[in-house]
Amino acid sequence: MSKTTGNTRTGFYICHCGTNIAGTVDVEKVVDYVSKLPNVVVAKHYKYMCSDPGQEMIQKDIRDQNLNRLVVAACSPFLHERTFRNVASQAGLNQFFFQMVNTREQNAWVHLDALASTEKAIDLARSAIFRVAFHKPLEQKKVPIHPGVLVVGGGIAGIHASLTLANAGKKVFLVEREPTIGGHMAMFDKTFPTLDCAACILTPKMSSVKNHPNITMWTYSEIESVDGYVGNFKVNVKKKPRYIIEDLCVGCLDCIDACVYKEPRFFDEFNQGLSKRKPVYIPFPQATPQLVVIDPETCIDFKSNKCKKTCVDVCERKAIDLNQQPEHKEIEVGTIIVATGFKPFDASGVPYYGYGVYPNVYTALEVERLINASGPTSGEVVMRDGSRPEKIAIIHCVGSRDKNTNLWCSRVCCLYSLKLAHLLKEHTHADIYNFYIDIRTPGKMMEEFYYRMAEEGTKFIRGRVADIYPDLTDEVHRRLIVKAEDTLISEIIKVPVDMVVLSTGLEPRADANDVRRMFNITCSTEGFFIERHPKLAPVNTFTDGIFLAGCCQGPKDIPDTVAQAGAAAAEALALIDSGFIELEPNTAFVVEVDCSGCKSCVPLCPYSAISYQEDKKKAYINEALCKGCGTCVASCPSGSIKQNLFEDEEIYSEIDGILNYTNIYEVSECC
Amino acid sequence: MPDKPKIAMYWCASCGGCEESVVDLAEDILFVLDNVDIIFWPVALDFKKSDVEKYKDVEIVASLINGAIRSTEQEEMVRLLRKKSKVIIAYGACAQLGGIPALANEFQKEEILRYVYEEAPSAVNPDKKRPQAQFKDDDRETELPELWDTVRTLEQVIDVDYYLPGCPPSSKLLKEAVLVLLSGILPSKGTVLAPDLALCEECPRKDTKPTDLSFTEFKRPNMHNIDPEKCILSQGFICIGPATRSGCGAMCIEGNMPCTGCYGPTSRVKDQGAKILSSITSNISGKTEKEIDAILEGIPDPVGTFYRYGMAGSLLRKKVDF
Amino acid sequence: MLLDENKSQSGSQGWQPKIIAFFCNWCTYTAADLAGVSRIKHAPNARVIRVMCSGRVDPQFILDSFAKGADGVLVGGCHPGDCHYQEGNYKCLRRFQLFKRVVESFGINKDRLRLEWISASEGDKVRLVINDMVAKVKALGPLSLPKKFSEWDKEMNIIEEKIAGKEEAVHA
Ligand SMILES: Cc1cc2nc3c(=O)[nH]c(=O)nc-3n(C[C@H](O)[C@H](O)[C@H](O)COP(=O)(O)OP(=O)(O)OC[C@H]3O[C@@H](n4cnc5c(N)ncnc54)[C@H](O)[C@@H]3O)c2cc1C
Ligand code: SF4
Ligand code: SF4
Ligand code: FES
Repeated sequence: MSKTTGNTRTGFYICHCGTNIAGTVDVEKVVDYVSKLPNVVVAKHYKYMCSDPGQEMIQKDIRDQNLNRLVVAACSPFLHERTFRNVASQAGLNQFFFQMVNTREQNAWVHLDALASTEKAIDLARSAIFRVAFHKPLEQKKVPIHPGVLVVGGGIAGIHASLTLANAGKKVFLVEREPTIGGHMAMFDKTFPTLDCAACILTPKMSSVKNHPNITMWTYSEIESVDGYVGNFKVNVKKKPRYIIEDLCVGCLDCIDACVYKEPRFFDEFNQGLSKRKPVYIPFPQATPQLVVIDPETCIDFKSNKCKKTCVDVCERKAIDLNQQPEHKEIEVGTIIVATGFKPFDASGVPYYGYGVYPNVYTALEVERLINASGPTSGEVVMRDGSRPEKIAIIHCVGSRDKNTNLWCSRVCCLYSLKLAHLLKEHTHADIYNFYIDIRTPGKMMEEFYYRMAEEGTKFIRGRVADIYPDLTDEVHRRLIVKAEDTLISEIIKVPVDMVVLSTGLEPRADANDVRRMFNITCSTEGFFIERHPKLAPVNTFTDGIFLAGCCQGPKDIPDTVAQAGAAAAEALALIDSGFIELEPNTAFVVEVDCSGCKSCVPLCPYSAISYQEDKKKAYINEALCKGCGTCVASCPSGSIKQNLFEDEEIYSEIDGILNYTNIYEVSECC
Repeated sequence: MPDKPKIAMYWCASCGGCEESVVDLAEDILFVLDNVDIIFWPVALDFKKSDVEKYKDVEIVASLINGAIRSTEQEEMVRLLRKKSKVIIAYGACAQLGGIPALANEFQKEEILRYVYEEAPSAVNPDKKRPQAQFKDDDRETELPELWDTVRTLEQVIDVDYYLPGCPPSSKLLKEAVLVLLSGILPSKGTVLAPDLALCEECPRKDTKPTDLSFTEFKRPNMHNIDPEKCILSQGFICIGPATRSGCGAMCIEGNMPCTGCYGPTSRVKDQGAKILSSITSNISGKTEKEIDAILEGIPDPVGTFYRYGMAGSLLRKKVDF
Repeated sequence: MLLDENKSQSGSQGWQPKIIAFFCNWCTYTAADLAGVSRIKHAPNARVIRVMCSGRVDPQFILDSFAKGADGVLVGGCHPGDCHYQEGNYKCLRRFQLFKRVVESFGINKDRLRLEWISASEGDKVRLVINDMVAKVKALGPLSLPKKFSEWDKEMNIIEEKIAGKEEAVHA
């Protein structure tokens, strides 16, 4: 081990974390061992190192014993590295004279063998003690936070977050992919558990977004690229052409009437295809913004260039522009909230439920539209074959809680099934059968809601539905048989019904992986974005300055979505109002006198932070652009690039500390 | 007139090139001879081991030892010189890093002996005789040096004060070293007496090296023409220059051949082979194993390529298991 | 000696391999934390060194680990396309494809060196990979390069004795 400079006085502290660590790792033995290592002046164990008394103990030692290095063996650095860095700096030590040993998450919690676990703790403690001797005092660079915020996704999550931020005086850019904001909530008639009308609570918020002076709302738009880092993101947004000049259109909808298609003929996305629309359309009456869209896929003029363009003629405001091109906007923001929501499970993924085969099998979202007063049937439950149901089966957990589809519980399906049972009963007076596995109703007022619904006479059958098939014996009704095992009476039952409602679960969006890459955040194997910490940082991501809200992070209901959106807005506000952020100083730098100007590193940097100085004939790293991956450091053939916090010596000493016993003795002799 | 400083020169497992490099001093050798007393130089002067033994400990000002150490005799001699000398200079790549002879560390001693004495096309040895350390014939008893299993650098055997890199060291560096020695102001122990900057620094083709290196193939100098104007590495020929100390004056490049790394790594690098490998491969263009491997086919012998002079002194030293 | 070396190397059931694991901060290190939070038990032989990106893993670190006594070296990074720094893992992979050939040429069994892509959500993969690697390295037995180095160097001591013997003879 090469020598360290100066007189190194290290304090070592290992935390019991109650019994979390001390239950497996013999902390006394670790302290006993470490206290004999070179450079170690103090070695202690304590019940909760992160508690006030724990922190004060360390600070007192730093002062009284003149410690100049600090090692804490406790939980993961992701949890408390900042805490202990603060402890060091409050005691007058540069905060980077500190090294943390992950003794809980990566040791005590994952091993059963106490002896092996203790040995590992000792190895890693020694490693940190060797390493910290090489640490250098570093300064964190402060960068100002741009006050603008980008919100991606205009569902209820994005809407709520945008309004919160805008009301606090921040400039918000809300980017929504569809022609209107509103997300899934805009499709519902009523919402559980209060059964208040979704439109009544959502549309005012939508128009507030539209009219808020602090919000720039771009619908029918996509994020094309995100560059930069916390405080200073550069985002490119593409506004897809809707072939309408937004500033001129007043939403009179005359063009829709004037379209050469007299009748609507095309799949209406908003109504789940339960109705038709024209090539020029507005998704739904309260769509925000109140602007029509022309769909180039179905518009005759785009296909043949031979349309009479009656829509263009009819528009008094000359708002239709069939030659509109995509618009590209570049914006700068300091923080980003990702609120891209979910996608319902595709019901055809469970073929034996016959979705897409039997016309009277519906998904829940379709039923939401059917019973919606402004839906395709104006709220009349008229089925695809024109009849009205007398018997309805609602099947829970479609695409949830099943190894063959998705393992997770989608959290809202039981409750919206109850809601739909109530609404369907209200609209049709039909007999309603709920087939469930378990009724899951956590949350305020939810169980009460269940009881209320149960009292209305809806029947509950506990059992997973195995099959749905046409009842060929009953020519009159042409019903569907729902076959399931009623697990309460252990009997196979067959219930003939007119209508089947599939309560499909919530899934990540199909493009979750692309979105995640774009924003440099992580997602679970299934595709929900991962929060920094499930309890302590539930709306943060691993990328500073990027926050999560709503169902893109996991299935949840509207109250939770809104709460989370508020939290994400608050986190963004906290960052913005602190004015600046301190960056980790783990950037790389070229030691100019050592550099031979071989240029090998220049093409390696993904951020183009490395340039070749023609005058000096040496490489140079622009600290502001370097994000600190260390790739160029590992590749420099003459060892002339260093990375702060991860210098070669620091890593070699870590290796040394883990492995080489004899070296300890050499050091102890020389110091 | 006080005695001139005594200098010894010795060779171990080497090709003789280092000795040659001393002669390459040309007329400067006269200057050297004026100023020092060469008391031991087997290749040129008729002194014996017993002559060295006669000197008092550290009476010799400096011993310049070239060649790797791989036999008992070599060990014996270098230990003796260490005892008698104030300063030991590892002279040349073999003494410093093992050099070409250290490529033997890729093989077992037995494999080498078998090949040389039995299997080599030129071997005529029907009785499969091998040299033996001890040999008795009637009343005579002879002893031969024994070959080691491992080829070593000089510092792996004795304490070394300075290193003069190169295969062989350039006469310029040698002259500078002699001047330093004569000046009496010695650099700190362990110093490599060559610039601590990589070869690209002094390479005449430096300006032609692009800043967007990206390898799509690797070529070998015996199979393709090298453009004499452009950076050799950028043409896809492996050039170890970026990971090798300068001081040679980029002689190989001047001769339109890539640098093979004989001056060893800079002081900041522990393992020259690993470091140049890291640098060159990072700039390969592929992203999948298949694409990458296809490009790497152009480097059929990475150990021979990247550890040509440095095997004994590398972190792993030799092949560990056979 | 501070801690009995044999005891410390042995753990509770005889020789236990020591594996140095270079884990990328964003994926594999986080996954190892996740394994902890989920209490996914696995073999206690890996010693994790955190780096910001698998691109920071200098092949020298791997050789140094072996030379200092590691029985195996594991490098964990983000899946292709997922590197937090966009391309660091590709550079790691490019080096690895050639470097593993070098390490094998040096007589180190390929099972002692492993590169794995483990994303932040793959806590269980941490267990699988570590357990599998430990089992394979256990089957290979200790690498113990420091011990090998001193064994190789024994051929030097012979001559030392010889010189010492001779001098005695001269003095006598
Ligand atoms: C059938 C059904 C009934 C439900 N009923 C209730 C109920 O009664 N009560 C209740 O509390 N909860 C209910 N829920 C749950 C509720 O839908 C969700 O909690 C809520 O919609 C989540 O809102 P969100 O903003 O996170 O997501 P979403 O509503 O999915 O909104 C996300 C928005 O982001 C946009 N977007 C996506 N990707 C991008 C991108 N890359 N760029 C730009 N924009 C993008 C989408 O177009 C969308 O507008 C129900 C769910 C279902 C499936
Ligand atoms: S450390 Fe990474 S980000 Fe920084 S200059 Fe080097 S390659 Fe670029
Ligand atoms: S030829 Fe070799 S030494 Fe010269 S610039 Fe190119 S890489 Fe460097
Ligand atoms: S950040 Fe994980 S491999 Fe680059």
